Amino acid sequence: MAVTKKTNTQLFVDGILTENPIFRLALSMCPAVGISTTVMNGILLGIAVLFVQVFSSCTISLIKDHIHPRIRIPTYTLTIAMWVTVIDLVLAAYMPVAYKAMGIFVKLIVAFAIITMRLEMFASKNNLGPSFWDGIGMGLGFMFAMMTLGFVRELLGMGTLLGYDILGFKPLLYFVLPCAGFILVGLMMGMFNWIEVVYNRRKRVKEL
Amino acid sequence: MKNFTRHHILMGAFLIVALFLAGCAPEHRFVKKVGFKDTDKIVITFAGPVDETWAKDVANYSVYEKPDPDIRLKIIDVALSPDKTTATLTFEDPLNTNQAHILTMTEILSDGRSQGTAVLTVKKLYFGYLFSILIGAMIINNFVFTKYLGLCVFFGCSQKRSTAVGMGITFTLVITFAAMMAWFLYQFALKPLRLDYMQIVVFIGLVSLSVQGVDTILRKVNPALFKAFGVYLVLVIANCIAIAVPLILADNEYNAWESLMLAFGAGLGFLIALFLMACVREKLDLANVPPTFKGMPIAFVMAGLFALAFLGFSGMSIY
Repeated sequence: MAVTKKTNTQLFVDGILTENPIFRLALSMCPAVGISTTVMNGILLGIAVLFVQVFSSCTISLIKDHIHPRIRIPTYTLTIAMWVTVIDLVLAAYMPVAYKAMGIFVKLIVAFAIITMRLEMFASKNNLGPSFWDGIGMGLGFMFAMMTLGFVRELLGMGTLLGYDILGFKPLLYFVLPCAGFILVGLMMGMFNWIEVVYNRRKRVKEL
Repeated sequence: MKNFTRHHILMGAFLIVALFLAGCAPEHRFVKKVGFKDTDKIVITFAGPVDETWAKDVANYSVYEKPDPDIRLKIIDVALSPDKTTATLTFEDPLNTNQAHILTMTEILSDGRSQGTAVLTVKKLYFGYLFSILIGAMIINNFVFTKYLGLCVFFGCSQKRSTAVGMGITFTLVITFAAMMAWFLYQFALKPLRLDYMQIVVFIGLVSLSVQGVDTILRKVNPALFKAFGVYLVLVIANCIAIAVPLILADNEYNAWESLMLAFGAGLGFLIALFLMACVREKLDLANVPPTFKGMPIAFVMAGLFALAFLGFSGMSIY
């Protein structure tokens, strides 16, 4: 059982930057393309994913010794499905408008590869503390990515941020159309790659 | 083998006849046929001549869309054919012909005798409706390019054309199988027991189960096929379309045929999307792409262009 040697802060920062689920690991991109049209959507789905990720990570790390290795994947899936049902019902009851805007994506959190992957790679091998921080890092990383996308798309598409008028005109309506989501995610990934290349080059120069 | 085939044909024929009867069953003995004409007319054919004064009175008819019984649609004119057996209702606003309409006629008068009140369902021919669901799920509302689902598998399996086709076929088979089981379970177990809130847990379990089932059956029945497609089976679980289709079926209260068409259309649509993307990515390998954009980023930009093209289908209605 490989217990992680990273500190909690490191786990937290890794989730947001170096192992960002959307831009770096390229996982769970359906919501990133589908509903990142506004910042608000990004925040709400981010909260939902954060909730599911943290709670499933904690659940699995608590019961990891009792799961037979052969049925671990179905166990993960059912655990996630349970927490998704909880957040789905909570959102439907307390935030009906936002719930409608996100449509089927709240229920589809159950199929997000990122959550299952973190359970398999991390929570099933580590104790409650690190799993909790890893879950928070991953959830916030997802939220950060969704908010960045939502920021660009809302600002360029509708000229607003969080519903407030910022620019006073609509620069590029194209960005509200969902197909712009694909192109924007592509560009963002390219940008993250470029930052990494530049960063590594600087580091190498410094070492020399 | 011969008997087997004949048996299948007979069963198919029986199902088609049953479907036809279900779609066009007469609901009142004096009304032979009702149907839409253009976008703002309903044509009613009676079994015999009706009284002109009765037929011309707009107050005798009332029409509403099936989901909204409170909203009565306004009829502005009733035209009767010279032989008095066909009445044409003209509405103020265009009708949403995709929706079933309920038409009520009070006390049909024929030769001075009342034929009773008729309550009829007006809808488009059932085959056309099914076909429109199929094409809708396949192209117009393509799950990958217009609903943005199943992207992980979509980008993961579109590197080569052979992989794309294999994944597409496997996915179509499994999703059809899983969606039909999900429909059955939802209609006959979850709904009667009022367990709708268990949808997510039940459907995800069902999808994994059917993947496992197909895996086991294929391994025993057709090892050659299993060798070709077995690798893709595991990936089907990771595809959110596989869980989205049962959820959509449950939300829209589709019946068995409509569910079958939606699931099949979703699978074929995914196959089309995968194949298109694989063709482009094979060519992209030869192109000179900036190093930071190699791999995923450029694939996303390409998918964006595809989605833009698929936007051209939006709002199209077939039949």
